[in-house]
Amino acid sequence: MPVYKLQINGKPQTADVDADTPLLWVLRDHMGLVGAKFGCGIAQCGACTVHMNGTAVRSCSLPVSAIKTAAITTIEGLSVNGNHPLQLAWIEVDVPQCGYCQAGQIMTAAAFLKRKPHPTDTEIEDAMQGNICRCCAYHRIKEAVKLASTKI
Amino acid sequence: MQKSSSTTRRDFLKVTTLAGGGLLLGFSWFSAASETPALINKIPFAGSLGFNSYLSIAADGTITILSPNPELGQNIMTSFPMIVAEELDADWTKIKVLQAPLDTKNFDRQLTGGSGAIPHSWKKLRTAGATARYMLIQAAALQWAVPIEECTASNGFVIHSKSGKKLGFGELAEQASKLSVPKEVKLKDRKDFKIIGTAVNNVANKDIVTGKPLFGLDFYREGMLFAVIQRPQAFGTKIKSVDSVAAKAIAGIVDVVVFKNNVAVVGKSTWQVNKARKLLKIEYEYEGAIESTADHNKIFADLLVSGTPEVRRKNGDVETAFKTAAKIIKSEYQCPFLSHAPLEPMNFFAHVRPDGVELVGPTQTPASARAATAKLLGIPEDKITVEITRLGGGFGRRLKFDYVLEAAELSSVIKAPVKVIWTREDDIAGGSYRPAVRYRFEAALDTAGNLVGYKCRGVGINSGNPMREDNFPSGAVEHLLIDSVEHKSPITTGAWRAPITNFLGFAEQAFIDEVAEAAGKDPLQFRLALLAKARTAPVGAIKYDIGRMETVIKTVAEKSAWGKKPGVFQGFSVYFSHQSYVAQVCEVILQAGKPVVKKIISVADCGQVINLSGSRQQVMGGITDGFGHAMYSKLTFTNGATDQKNFSTYRLIRMKEIPAIEVHFIDNGIDPTGLGEPALPPTGGAVANAIFKATGKRLRNQPFIDDAIFKKA
Repeated sequence: MPVYKLQINGKPQTADVDADTPLLWVLRDHMGLVGAKFGCGIAQCGACTVHMNGTAVRSCSLPVSAIKTAAITTIEGLSVNGNHPLQLAWIEVDVPQCGYCQAGQIMTAAAFLKRKPHPTDTEIEDAMQGNICRCCAYHRIKEAVKLASTKI
Repeated sequence: MQKSSSTTRRDFLKVTTLAGGGLLLGFSWFSAASETPALINKIPFAGSLGFNSYLSIAADGTITILSPNPELGQNIMTSFPMIVAEELDADWTKIKVLQAPLDTKNFDRQLTGGSGAIPHSWKKLRTAGATARYMLIQAAALQWAVPIEECTASNGFVIHSKSGKKLGFGELAEQASKLSVPKEVKLKDRKDFKIIGTAVNNVANKDIVTGKPLFGLDFYREGMLFAVIQRPQAFGTKIKSVDSVAAKAIAGIVDVVVFKNNVAVVGKSTWQVNKARKLLKIEYEYEGAIESTADHNKIFADLLVSGTPEVRRKNGDVETAFKTAAKIIKSEYQCPFLSHAPLEPMNFFAHVRPDGVELVGPTQTPASARAATAKLLGIPEDKITVEITRLGGGFGRRLKFDYVLEAAELSSVIKAPVKVIWTREDDIAGGSYRPAVRYRFEAALDTAGNLVGYKCRGVGINSGNPMREDNFPSGAVEHLLIDSVEHKSPITTGAWRAPITNFLGFAEQAFIDEVAEAAGKDPLQFRLALLAKARTAPVGAIKYDIGRMETVIKTVAEKSAWGKKPGVFQGFSVYFSHQSYVAQVCEVILQAGKPVVKKIISVADCGQVINLSGSRQQVMGGITDGFGHAMYSKLTFTNGATDQKNFSTYRLIRMKEIPAIEVHFIDNGIDPTGLGEPALPPTGGAVANAIFKATGKRLRNQPFIDDAIFKKA
């Protein structure tokens, strides 16, 4: 198997895996980073969202061989102490129910707010449309993105 | 821990001194005397009377409360300790909550289901908190040599205001642990509540937003193997032959194991087993009925006419009432199968060793899962441990433990620790669905437009009893017949959030709307008139609280300005389930001739609200869940296999599709009743009734999105 040299959360990491292994399973099975979740495996639910060079990507559908030198950020590396404005907003608004989708929701929102720091409600909805919350905490997810946008 | 220093005659409290100095109060979360919800009664559980929880107060003042029941987003890990902390007068910031492992020797009833945890634990939890508080005060009074009546507790301290003396709970804990448990303690007056009824954030928030390993799928152990299982794709088929040569040749594959109707691919990583699985060549053969959705539609039509029904409730003389009626209204309503689709797919870790079994993962029923594992493997229960992880949603799916048994059986065959992972496709194709049901309603009106006769027959596929025969309007109608017919199918079904009522609530509330319209009456006033009749001239047993139902109806009328909003089409619905009452008004507007659901206003009476934040979440989530599935979701079958395979075809509601939701609670001081489910059943009815007002079109089948009114012109 080929060895891939990756930049994960600012640290160099190596992965000895098949070329078609999705980044999600490299993170989870090989690097002990389980914040990105498996939900559908076909980029439909957003639970596995991470950043590649600052852009939100679905790690379940991104083969490790396609990453090359790109910088990968996972929920574990989004902030030093869990104090990213979105993480704080999530706690303040009391968003999580079961909590399984929330890391993916936050990673999608983080990349979005970087691009669009002061979004309208419709822009938030458009950005978050790809992330499913089966508990249907959508109202608070939207509220928390809005709240974070006032603090970034 | 030392030996118990005292036990009360009431056998649910036991105090012990902690090893490091401190107090440990063991208590039973569930009252043995209280009635348990129907759903829970049906689930066999191991264990007997014992203590299912404890609170400990360490010398440093840290209070630890053990939460025995699985957490799946109902927020029990927050609301449960809130109740204890209230009566204890604890400092909330000093409280830690732990998830207990399965321990039927010491704990009783570790399961989640039926919206029953808070209602059935309320008094026990309060008594436990109040008992510990009393003992801490007693310890302080003894130390200060002052009368106990002069001391009080507040925010983690015992205070003697006359002398200005003050001691922290931690400083008093060890002394208190040596006292006798009081026989009776006084509970707080609700006007003195400081924590109960306030908004307290989920205790797991920080761990969730930082991606900590909380869930079953996050469990990894050095040396464990990974497995995916190919199950029959069609219900009614079984394995004929398996060719696993190509799959076994894939790098990282350790073995391919066939057991029952399963072909398990075992290997060293999740990706490798998934890749290899695609290379399996499996032939299946028929072993039961092969059904398609078209067959189900025919079965429904046939059984509504010719089925042999089971009578669920009968009042008066229905036949005569319909013969002499001034007007008869008849309608049929149908729902599809649904998948639970919790976002964390099924998974479980199992390690079957010669000396015992270790199970780790997400389950709503750990005790039942263990009992079944013991039976399957022929290993005594006391040799099996179950660690309960956080659940990435449940919605009833994890009340079943098929996926636990698979993992245990596989581990026993391969003699290695293994985590079995279901893909989303496995989950959607894998059964345990909300059953598909069709209802036929008939109503008879007299010349004054009064409802004098009512009939409902439900036909369900593996639905059990699809009726809730004692629910409203039963009791308010002179002549009534409720019956049902069940069709047995190889397609497996199970409890899905608000079992049966998740669709029956819609069908019944939409039909009553039709009846009110036919009677020429306001639909909301029509319900109130029926309730007035149920009060003054009840027909048979009445198993709902008329006053509570009237109050939610009147309150939602006021909050929604019912009938007073020009340009807004309002639909009304009310439903009683899990001992709670929820009324809703849905508001629809027309945009380019199409109905758009803008807002749902809800009033819930769940008795005393514990956590205002979590309770609002349960209502908003329940309504959005009910709306989303009524509007968009369906599972159909062709030749025994689901047509939908993943979220690309099995549609769930997303952010752009949610209506605004307004949540109100009735503050009546009644002991808490359920809230995890009751907000869901009324939603479909309120929505369909509002859409009728806007368009003149009755929606009788779900999902609504399949109706022509939503199609592009």
